[in-house]
Amino acid sequence: MSPISPEKIHEFKKKANDIRKTIIEMLIEAKSGHTAGPLDMTDIFTALYFHLLKYDPKRPDWAERDRLILSNGHICPVLYATMAHAGYFPVEETLTLRKFKSRLQGHPHRDFLPALETSSGPLGSGLSQAVGMAIADRLKFFYCLTGDGELDAGQNWEAMMLAGKNKLGNLIVIVDRNKIQIDGFTEDVMPLEPLKLKWESFNFDVIEIDGHDFEQIITAVNQAKSVLDKPSVIIANTIASKGIPEFEGKFEWHGKPPSTPEEITTARNALNKIEEQLK
Amino acid sequence: MINPNIFNNDVEQVPIRKGFGEGLVIAGDNDIRVVGLCADLTDSTMMSLFAKKYSHRFVEMGVAEQNLASVASGMAAMGKIPFITSYAMFSPGRNWEQIRTTICYNNRPVKIAGSHAGVSVGPDGGTHQAIEDIAITRVIPRMVVISPCDAIEARKATIASAKTDSPTYIRLAREKTPIITTNATSFEIGKAQVFFDGAEGKNKNDVGIIATGALVYRALKVAQFYKEQGIKIKVLNLATIKPLDEQAILSLAQETKAIVTVEEHQIAGGMGSAISEYLAQHYPVPQEFIGVKDLFGQSGTPDELLEYYGMGESHIKMAVKRVILRK
Repeated sequence: MSPISPEKIHEFKKKANDIRKTIIEMLIEAKSGHTAGPLDMTDIFTALYFHLLKYDPKRPDWAERDRLILSNGHICPVLYATMAHAGYFPVEETLTLRKFKSRLQGHPHRDFLPALETSSGPLGSGLSQAVGMAIADRLKFFYCLTGDGELDAGQNWEAMMLAGKNKLGNLIVIVDRNKIQIDGFTEDVMPLEPLKLKWESFNFDVIEIDGHDFEQIITAVNQAKSVLDKPSVIIANTIASKGIPEFEGKFEWHGKPPSTPEEITTARNALNKIEEQLK
Repeated sequence: MINPNIFNNDVEQVPIRKGFGEGLVIAGDNDIRVVGLCADLTDSTMMSLFAKKYSHRFVEMGVAEQNLASVASGMAAMGKIPFITSYAMFSPGRNWEQIRTTICYNNRPVKIAGSHAGVSVGPDGGTHQAIEDIAITRVIPRMVVISPCDAIEARKATIASAKTDSPTYIRLAREKTPIITTNATSFEIGKAQVFFDGAEGKNKNDVGIIATGALVYRALKVAQFYKEQGIKIKVLNLATIKPLDEQAILSLAQETKAIVTVEEHQIAGGMGSAISEYLAQHYPVPQEFIGVKDLFGQSGTPDELLEYYGMGESHIKMAVKRVILRK
């Protein structure tokens, strides 16, 4: 049984496309930044901020909020864009990304934007912080978002061992399995497979999903929340640069924005086309 | 103000890390938010005292120092006051970037106790002798750096650090160290104290020694030796290396116009560097540096190693003479 109505899913798709459009305009204006990860995690951010997470944009320090810990800080355009659409700050402010004195630093920094749970950028330490939070307060849920290339870093596996040892049922990890990283495809740079078995052997409950299917995302998170005796990981299979067919699946788009007139037009046209289709 | 028996041959000796262990228990008594995390060195860092009394507030991390730092950051984000321990070589050595980003950049009040600092770790050899830790911690914005001179001061520093919102590094030595201070000796983070005044407050001293950690004892002995020779030395115990007690350093430089810094650490980037960074800008005077001269440690007894690497009493004495000649 579907937990969610077709109308609701249609609404999510429209919201996700709006967020993708914001992301692309941010990157074009900033003239630097990451394209692939933010676009492929947009559906998950949409599901989290517009359905799953408990938060209040007017009270970012509300003690009872769910915590979202972004470990792969370089995909922050999707975090900023989603937060803007969720009401934390005006959408126009997203155009200050990466600019001097902006609250929207190139990698997230709590000093500039206190609504963030952590500052991040150097890969591999977000999971440890989420594990620390989950140990410190076992009555709240902690969502840690990581990249897949990021899992090359050994610190993740230290954190996974500790999470398994402490049976952190309040920890939900979502891995952006977009299969790319800066130097190439993950399986060429440093093979991660069998990834599901690795997490299972570290005593995680593992759910593998299509990271662009809202029903699967929501079902998976709800299932993860119901597992109380071990931490959960959702391996979200995503398509790098999702939404712009010309960029999709290409590792070259990991760390650059659309910059040539052709690239800018391609990106805008692709998202406008989706908008038309969703009308 | 300091231990009246300090110059006796049978002065009581206690490992500085023991003071940390005792202080952490008191900090835990004072505040339920205090938690302890250790990377498989609970006994030798003396966190075992806390772990035994407050087992539910202790997290055994295994040999995982990077995780140690970042998990502590996460616990601090949820309102805890985490103390993390390992050998200084591994924390803040191995996990420096995690300390910089997840603790200091995030502005989380994690307290990092690095045990077995200095060459006086002895027989374990150079891999285990942290002589770079002051440099790598004091360079990080927001970090407070404390290097207690004995177990009593370590206890006070531990208790005091639990009451601040600052990320803090506390440097601890392994070996038994003479008890220099007493329970009555004042301690305040950021305040240096005069432990020896060769001029006895009557007139100006000839040389100022600024010392930190266990070598404060050797500095005091040198000051006592020269007092008998008619050379007057004022010894400043610089427990807090960051933030510097600038007023105390400035007055000492103005009074003596000759400074010797003494630390069991690389000269590059250490406490002496911090002093010269300040004095060069505000009151330049001749300065001699006692410390390790760009070398790694090796196995040996603490005394053999301190002597070999130029941090023995004879070296401090020579540095005093050199600095007087440069006045």
